[in-house]
Amino acid sequence: MTGWETLLTAAIKVAVAFALLLSLTIVLVWFERKIVADMQNRLGPTRAGPYGMLQTVADGVKLLFKESVTPRRVEFALYIAAPIAALVPALLIFLVIPIGRPFTLGDRVIDLAGTDLNVAVLYVLALSSLAVYAVVLAGWSSGSKYPLLGAVRASAQMISYEAAMGLALVPVILFTGTTSIRAIVDAQAGEFLSFLGIWNIVLVPSFLIFFIAGVAETNRAPFDLVEAESEIVGGYHTEYSGFRFALFFLAEYINIFNISALTTTLFLGGWHGPTFGAPEWLAWVFPIVWFFVKTVALVFVFVWIRASLPRMRYDQLMQFGWKRLIPLTLVWIILSTVAIGFRRFGAPWG
Amino acid sequence: MSDTPDLATGNLEAPTTEAPPESAAQPSPTARQRREVHDAWVAGTEEPAWVREATDEGAQELLPEADDPAASSQRGIVVADDYVVEDDVDEEERQIINMGPQHPSTHGVLRLHLELEGEKIHRVKPIIGYLHTGMEKTAETLTYLQGGTNVTRMDYLSPFHNELVYSLAVEQLLGIDVPPRAEAIRILMTELNRIASHLVWIATQGMDVGAISMMLYGWRERELCLDFFEKVTGLRMNHNYVRPGGVAADLPDGWEDDVEVILTRIPAALAEYEEILNANPIFLDRTQGVGVITPEECRAFGVTGANARASGVDWDLRKAFPYSGIDRYDFDVPLGTHGDVYDRWLVRLEEIRQSLRIVSQVLATMPAGDYRTDDRKVTPPPRKRIDESMEALIHHFKLFTEGFKVPEGEVYQAVESPRGELGVYLVSNGGARPWRLHMRTPSFAHVQALPVMMTDSLVADIVATLASVDPVLGDVDR
Repeated sequence: MTGWETLLTAAIKVAVAFALLLSLTIVLVWFERKIVADMQNRLGPTRAGPYGMLQTVADGVKLLFKESVTPRRVEFALYIAAPIAALVPALLIFLVIPIGRPFTLGDRVIDLAGTDLNVAVLYVLALSSLAVYAVVLAGWSSGSKYPLLGAVRASAQMISYEAAMGLALVPVILFTGTTSIRAIVDAQAGEFLSFLGIWNIVLVPSFLIFFIAGVAETNRAPFDLVEAESEIVGGYHTEYSGFRFALFFLAEYINIFNISALTTTLFLGGWHGPTFGAPEWLAWVFPIVWFFVKTVALVFVFVWIRASLPRMRYDQLMQFGWKRLIPLTLVWIILSTVAIGFRRFGAPWG
Repeated sequence: MSDTPDLATGNLEAPTTEAPPESAAQPSPTARQRREVHDAWVAGTEEPAWVREATDEGAQELLPEADDPAASSQRGIVVADDYVVEDDVDEEERQIINMGPQHPSTHGVLRLHLELEGEKIHRVKPIIGYLHTGMEKTAETLTYLQGGTNVTRMDYLSPFHNELVYSLAVEQLLGIDVPPRAEAIRILMTELNRIASHLVWIATQGMDVGAISMMLYGWRERELCLDFFEKVTGLRMNHNYVRPGGVAADLPDGWEDDVEVILTRIPAALAEYEEILNANPIFLDRTQGVGVITPEECRAFGVTGANARASGVDWDLRKAFPYSGIDRYDFDVPLGTHGDVYDRWLVRLEEIRQSLRIVSQVLATMPAGDYRTDDRKVTPPPRKRIDESMEALIHHFKLFTEGFKVPEGEVYQAVESPRGELGVYLVSNGGARPWRLHMRTPSFAHVQALPVMMTDSLVADIVATLASVDPVLGDVDR
């Protein structure tokens, strides 16, 4: 490929990823509201569009046209920067996730992922730690007390669960022997029961810990004490309104999708799935469908948890993170390392 | 200066031209500063620098009269019997947060003045009065028959109990008895009201610890009760159904079927609630050992009802001072042991079951007969009699214009409302209106005990504890 072609492909990929994430957010918000409503014997949105599907669009448009109230005591530069700092890492994480298998256009092979880094796992962890800055900056720069409490909670929570999240990925990296996400997906391909790959979900503890830490990273119930409405009003975004609030909202839902997509990619075989012997020109559709089916199933788990579990308390959250999750992860790393060693080099007694 | 005579004081002479005292003419420094802050605020400019130096909150400087000890005490700045965590944390490390009156989970307009060190609570001061509408004073201008519409609005989650306690007090002064059917209807309605009120409590308790679905579930089952109330009284709240002398109307045809539905649906729903929360580890962590109050503290602070029973105080007015024939029915009083949020949860769940037991007994043994006393001085005559009897017409007219006269005397009557001991102290001077009405409301006593339960906990516990105490701000402020 020539330089221009590479640039053009990259530009198209970025534009598609951006549009995809924005429209996915709209669908996900509607999805969550409908599912929660169903679990709570309500109807949820019904008015805007068929089954209320355009409700999120209406809400978004409303937020755009609202006045962005700026309280007088804010640190203005940081106050403005915080919502952007929340959104940008969320958008960037998605770029390394392959949503389908590569397809060929003419003589070119095009990856259905923004890019492929050989350290993609580290890239994802690094960007998701950046998200904490947005929350802390927003809470601190608002110059108000409830946001400050939210920011303090956020900094402790997100840093603690970042550790568990990173550690949970160690067995995955050892198991597949790579930190490239594409390679991790490829490693999960295979023929098991005629269509199933040997997914990394065999590392069950890693899967569970990664997902739990992911829920905590995105500040969702039962770890939503960063924005616990019944305690600290709105948490870090109490003083945000209009478009700036919309950015936080967008970032939250993109993060939910990202965590679900990452879990899919790292543990559930990514886009791998049966193609039912479809002809070659159609076969590239199935991976995309499989990817979204798996991801949306995980998003459903997010919503399901939110509708059923009470919120944890700050100290209990820290105890759960440091005293349960991280020791468990460490033990699991040792066990899985031994097991992987045996698998690769053979058991000493064998 | 004009020489208009001052009619208000009766001084018809021209006012003196003496200059006002110097101090009044010159605004005090504090007043001037207040003016500066106000002007800056209106103009949208920065406040004067001294404001920021004074407090980290900006324009929140105290009123000049804040130095007055009496005023300070009144406004909650100084509390004599304060619960403060004693430790060596520097004053500078603490921050003050006003939780409420506009806060999602202060159950109305309660304001909690929190002194925090990080997330830890050093001191709590409940500040009330945001819903005060002078209803006890209003009662003095209403006849005894109109009084029901007033008291029913105080504790808006248990209107029947308010009406019942008021009617019982009036009847006691009048020295009349109500027919057995009226008593049974009163018990039926108040016990159903207890169920409805506890269901709201379950809903909000779940909501406040973050179990958002619980709110909708509680509301769903409460709707059954409210539908029944609407069918019987015409209103979902503020019924004015229990009146001195009986109840306003007989139960509608087919009421047994509706009660039957309630009796089958609610136990099933309770089982669901227990399944979703009772053994949930997060819920247990959030509620066990949180907001503890001992039996001694309950007695000292006048905590009654389910809150006291959760601490193990065996005190239920339905057993201690039975009213309206409740001693005819068989029920148990559930008791807790720890006095924490979780025990209050268990006690209230069990109370719903006991109330259902009473309701099913009322359903089985509802006596026939009149639903109000036949004393024509208290209850209006039947519609038919008005057409044929001059005396009936006069009675009817007098009852709804002048009202009935109540003999001179005073009475204290209490019932067990869903929140606790709901008492009314009624003084009559022989007229058609109460001379004085005072409500001893349980929520008021419970709010003053909040510092005992909340001090030395975390911000999240504040919310859980407040919800578990189940205060109704209409009941606190009247």
